[in-house]
Amino acid sequence: MSGVAVPPDAVVVGAGIVGAACALELARAGLRVLVLDAGDVGGGTTAAGMGHLVVMDDSEEQFALTAYSVRLWRELAPSLPPECEFDPCGTLWIAADAAQLEAVRRKHEAYTARGVAAEVLDGAALAACEPALRAPLAGALLVPGDAVLYPPGAARHLLAEACRAGAVFRGGSRVDAIRPGAVVVGGRALPAGIVVNAAGAAAPELTPGLPIVPRKGHLAITDRYPGLCRHQIVELGYLQSAHEMTAESVAFNVQPRRTGQVLIGSSRELVGWDPATNRAVLGRMLERAVHFMPALAAASVIRVWTGFRPATPDKLPLIGPWEEMEGVWVAAGHEGLGITTSLGTARLLADLITGRTPAIDPAPYAPMRVLSAARRHG
Amino acid sequence: MSDVVEIHVNGRAVRVPASASLAAALLAAGESAFRRSVTGAPRAPLCGMGICYECRVTVNGVAHVRACLETVAPGMDVVTGG
Repeated sequence: MSGVAVPPDAVVVGAGIVGAACALELARAGLRVLVLDAGDVGGGTTAAGMGHLVVMDDSEEQFALTAYSVRLWRELAPSLPPECEFDPCGTLWIAADAAQLEAVRRKHEAYTARGVAAEVLDGAALAACEPALRAPLAGALLVPGDAVLYPPGAARHLLAEACRAGAVFRGGSRVDAIRPGAVVVGGRALPAGIVVNAAGAAAPELTPGLPIVPRKGHLAITDRYPGLCRHQIVELGYLQSAHEMTAESVAFNVQPRRTGQVLIGSSRELVGWDPATNRAVLGRMLERAVHFMPALAAASVIRVWTGFRPATPDKLPLIGPWEEMEGVWVAAGHEGLGITTSLGTARLLADLITGRTPAIDPAPYAPMRVLSAARRHG
Repeated sequence: MSDVVEIHVNGRAVRVPASASLAAALLAAGESAFRRSVTGAPRAPLCGMGICYECRVTVNGVAHVRACLETVAPGMDVVTGG
């Protein structure tokens, strides 16, 4: 060993699930990788993610990235340790009335036409597979290939695998600035071949110009009620809640956890970085949950917490080179889908960095799209 | 009112003092694992005053009832070890 440290080929800023996945892909591609995080692994937005691995069809581009990512998760599933709590429970998109059931049928066509298995359930079939849902409901779309996992556990696993492939992780290392060919930590510049900004909702602090804002969410988790909830269940209106950048919205979304607990979401607020529980929003979120699953009214919630999704104006993440600064790459802005899309993001980013041909078109996620859009409108 | 009531513990009929807390009654009936932790470890009352949540049992079908805060009642159906 020489006394002079060899600079890493890549510094990944952020050890959330996206940074961890990027570190793994880059290390496996043969790069010497250093991962830095101001805190610990998966302690930010990752710890406030529900952990759904879900195919979403808000746009073609979102569908392509989520379907690709869920495929990668399913390939990885057999090797995930128990701490990841991977549960191939599938998603039920529930329709409250006949109009929503029509939307479920269109969703079914969209999924099957794009090669993702899905099945329309009528109200009776839905009640049979989720007896705790209120009746009558019109039906649901079952997407059996979806799954859930425990996001901090998954981030730790991905980062541990990255370290086994040669990456180095330094927690408690706040990056103050990203410069061409270096990151600044504690007043010192650490040289790096390239820098990957995977700092989530904090990414714009290091790369000014990234159009990412924190979009707050609440989560509640119950005590253990095994069998009460068997699939990830989402109301069809969830997509609308996620899509519209309104000041405040809630939607019904519950998940079974391996422990028998029920994880309850979701809320969306644009209130900056205030982490305080908003009782009014939390109340509406829980009322929505009880509306669809009445038995939850008698369940004890043992913990409530909040987190911040990194939201972009067009609801797509930023994955690729940031051409405003030499050697800087971005993997951020995943809003509420970062757990799902972490694997697709990392593979895509490593493909672009190493010159491999990506499996899906990376153009829709190119970070520079936001600048050209701003300049067009400017 | 009788001084003794009969309750059912995991299907077994048990006669206990009418004014007993459910936690005391279960201990007197020889129950030691009121519930199981998430890793499967047996748990039993610790604080006896509703704070520690270690004594939770299922009462008449309702899960996670703190046995130390309940008074026994005739015919009460109790399931432990959940």
